[in-house]
Amino acid sequence: MSWEIVIGLEVHTQLSTHTKIFSGASTTYGAEPNTQADAVSIALPGVLPVLNKGAVERAVKFGLAVGAHIAPRSVFARKNYFYPDLPKGYQISQFDLPVVGMGSLTIQVEPLSGNAKPYEKVVRITRAHLEEDAGKSVHGASQGMTGVDLNRAGTPLLEIVSEPDMCSAAEAVAYAKTLHSLVRWIGISDGNMQEGSFRCDVNVSVRKPGEPLGTRREIKNLNSFKYMQQAIDYEVQWQIDTIESGGKIHQATILFNPDTGETRAMRSKEDAHDYRYFPDPDLLPLDITPAMLDAMRAELPELPEARRARYVNDLGLSAYDANSLTSSREMADYFDACVNAAGSAKLCANWLIGELSAQLNRDALEMAQCPVSTSQMSGMLVRIADNTISNSGAKEVFRTLWAEGGDADAIIDAKGLKQVSDSGAIEALVDEIIASQADKVAEYRAGRDKLFGFFVGLAMKASKGKANPAQLNEVLLKKLAG
Amino acid sequence: MLNLTLTQLGAALRARQISSVELTQSYLDRIATHNPVYNAYITVDAKTSLAQAAMADQRLATGDAQALTGIPIAQKDIFCAKGWRTTCGSKMLGDFIAPYDAHVVEQFNKAGAINLGKTNMDEFAMGSSNETSYFGPVRNPWNQNAVPGGSSGGAAAAVAARLCAAATGTDTGGSIRQPAALCGITGIKPTYGTVSRYGMIAFASSLDQAGPMARSAEDCALMLNVMTGFDERDSTSLQREKEDYTRDLNKPLSGLRIGLPREFFAEGLSSDVGARVQEAIAEYRKLGATIVGISLPNTKLAVPVYYVLAPAEASSNLSRFDGVRYGYRADEYTDLADMYEKSRSQGFGEEVKRRIMIGTYVLSHGYYDAYYLQAQKIRRLIAQDFTDAFKQCDVIMGPTSPSTAFNLGDKGDDPVQMYLSDIYTIAVNLAGLPGMSVPCGFGDNSLPVGLQIIGNYFDEARMLNAAHQYQLATDWHTRCPQGF
Repeated sequence: MSWEIVIGLEVHTQLSTHTKIFSGASTTYGAEPNTQADAVSIALPGVLPVLNKGAVERAVKFGLAVGAHIAPRSVFARKNYFYPDLPKGYQISQFDLPVVGMGSLTIQVEPLSGNAKPYEKVVRITRAHLEEDAGKSVHGASQGMTGVDLNRAGTPLLEIVSEPDMCSAAEAVAYAKTLHSLVRWIGISDGNMQEGSFRCDVNVSVRKPGEPLGTRREIKNLNSFKYMQQAIDYEVQWQIDTIESGGKIHQATILFNPDTGETRAMRSKEDAHDYRYFPDPDLLPLDITPAMLDAMRAELPELPEARRARYVNDLGLSAYDANSLTSSREMADYFDACVNAAGSAKLCANWLIGELSAQLNRDALEMAQCPVSTSQMSGMLVRIADNTISNSGAKEVFRTLWAEGGDADAIIDAKGLKQVSDSGAIEALVDEIIASQADKVAEYRAGRDKLFGFFVGLAMKASKGKANPAQLNEVLLKKLAG
Repeated sequence: MLNLTLTQLGAALRARQISSVELTQSYLDRIATHNPVYNAYITVDAKTSLAQAAMADQRLATGDAQALTGIPIAQKDIFCAKGWRTTCGSKMLGDFIAPYDAHVVEQFNKAGAINLGKTNMDEFAMGSSNETSYFGPVRNPWNQNAVPGGSSGGAAAAVAARLCAAATGTDTGGSIRQPAALCGITGIKPTYGTVSRYGMIAFASSLDQAGPMARSAEDCALMLNVMTGFDERDSTSLQREKEDYTRDLNKPLSGLRIGLPREFFAEGLSSDVGARVQEAIAEYRKLGATIVGISLPNTKLAVPVYYVLAPAEASSNLSRFDGVRYGYRADEYTDLADMYEKSRSQGFGEEVKRRIMIGTYVLSHGYYDAYYLQAQKIRRLIAQDFTDAFKQCDVIMGPTSPSTAFNLGDKGDDPVQMYLSDIYTIAVNLAGLPGMSVPCGFGDNSLPVGLQIIGNYFDEARMLNAAHQYQLATDWHTRCPQGF
């Protein structure tokens, strides 16, 4: 009998404020240890937290973007435990009253195996709450000692908790990717996974269809989509094997080792902390006013889902194209700029999803780092649309724009890439070929259709590749028909 | 000079009849003489204080002086003061040098006052007798064998013994008012949120409030003028217009309605204390006030509620003292958990550990609802009692503490008896109201008795007015213990 997989995610997103959530210390990544640890970060005696409004605004924006209920009043609580990277001995978080309540996210799932078709799914978001990050322990900083770097302590995080709505690694990855794209889209996080700005904890359990939920194990701190998929696949198989061989799953926190591709238990439920949550008396309840809600709503850009729908309904793009173009806000904005300047949406989509994305990939660049500006790109797209250049000519233009910059028209002129669309010139060229290839023409007319390509080749060569291919085909067909 | 009010001292300084350096030196001399016995100060730094005094003198010379410029003030050792050892009465912070100024310290510095030293206190402000200090108990200037009260026992003793012109204190459950009563001085805990807690080492954040301890209501008003004001570094600091707390001092009291809660005069109150308080009330009648009998029905719940909430907050507030970044760390330990355990069990005293354990217990899974949440509900009921009472009266009066100062060691092994010493003061903190203690005579053992005045929210000026008018009519607050 088959197994059902149940997956829920907890994602820690670092919010893109310049200063920490409860102090004025900088949040810039990668500074010398403890150079961004102010009195509050170190938790000196007597210091107090003061909430960073920017963090609240970003949380509210997220809530609005996932259609969630924003709590008019939420509460910061203390989560108490001892660890060297937790300077106060408690983390300020939100517990029973989070700022963002139930919302949802629509994801496009591309099954990882088989011929299954892509499909859409709605994942419910249970809640999202504000909290502060901990510092980090630096092992082996000096002989036999552990150092503590508190630069990261107090960095604002939004913890986004999903319902256990996902039932495959593909769905979990699609959800994480969509969420990752969304937080960047609405500008609340840089989403940098290498720097830990987007960390995923994945809760996995398995059960037989119709049975109650199985015991879950939580895979901690995944910071790549690839590892997430590998970790879930391994964990699911491990749980199934364990149960099928008569074992039981025990609730545990586990880590994924990318080198071995395995998961292993970090701590079991027995050593679970009693965090002794209680409302932080140093902070007032967080009130979100209707005015703030309105202001945040006004600042939100058109969301990916709305834009996808617009691309499909208004621009006539396929769902696949619309998805690809909305994979990031930079891509979608780039596309919009090109369509505005060059017209043809399908042409723009093909170029952005095709050549441009491939080139970005080859050079390992983000869309934001694209060396070809939208005006350069649309300068070229306009020339494709008006038949000035052929597709192969366009590729040449694009390569030049990418490597050297410049302007499409100038490149077309300099490289002589203008295609011949003068019907008189093409007809003359075709007449010449027909005259000089009497034998082949006879064979073609006798039924050897395959020879058509031969004539196209000759004609193209004669035009030095500049003939408008569609026009050439048309003329050739007509003239060969006799 | 030692008996001048702050107003008089300020005038003498501004008239250059005396210099701040001279004044500071004379207090330092007195401290050198008396502190070995009374132990009111944990840290004195003559050089720093005198340097500050020299700067104040320059300021006085240029005519740029404010009311407290040049006046030596003692700071409770719970306030961080840059460059000063700040111990909070604990071995845990025995050699901690604060790298920054608390808001209160900053305010006094701006005013040109002199930091005369750091006063002794119960460890982390947990105590009512100053006996839990790691730096030894403070003796009551009225009787060496008696406690000065706590937790601001060093401050109260220093003011009473004229070892400073005035002092700062903090009050979580009575820590300004009770020692003020036991040492025969005047002290006021303002409305919660009036004085910024920034830089004040936290005991129970939702209850802690700083305030002045001085020889008169008028002096307290001048001190409050310096200490209060909005501070964006404390999220619970209230955004209000700065007020002049001296503005109503001289208003007549005719028509003032004084509420006497019957629960404050019931079982547990020493007869001599009760008698002195009734005599003070009689004095108020003479001054034109009317007396209203009121009830604060949840009074008896205040102590148990407090001993759930304050330890709960403290158990978390004191977690930062883990030996990792600063403060005491055990010399020997085997691993991380052992380092925490040894550092904290060696660094904290018994009373602090007792409260951390209580607090940890009431917050733990399965007990939270029954203790912490329940206590929060009762806290609201207690606040409601006061709201109802203030519909019938302008101020509430009663005893500050059920008895005069007890002897050192008398209650040391009975925490509950010790806790009951704050039975009349604790409810005020739970409600966030302002409260003060004013000397109103002496008990059978010739030790001072304090009259407590409780006001409505932000009604400090009216309380100070009531206290000042009483002090114009009586001289209890001018009495000085023998030998000082």
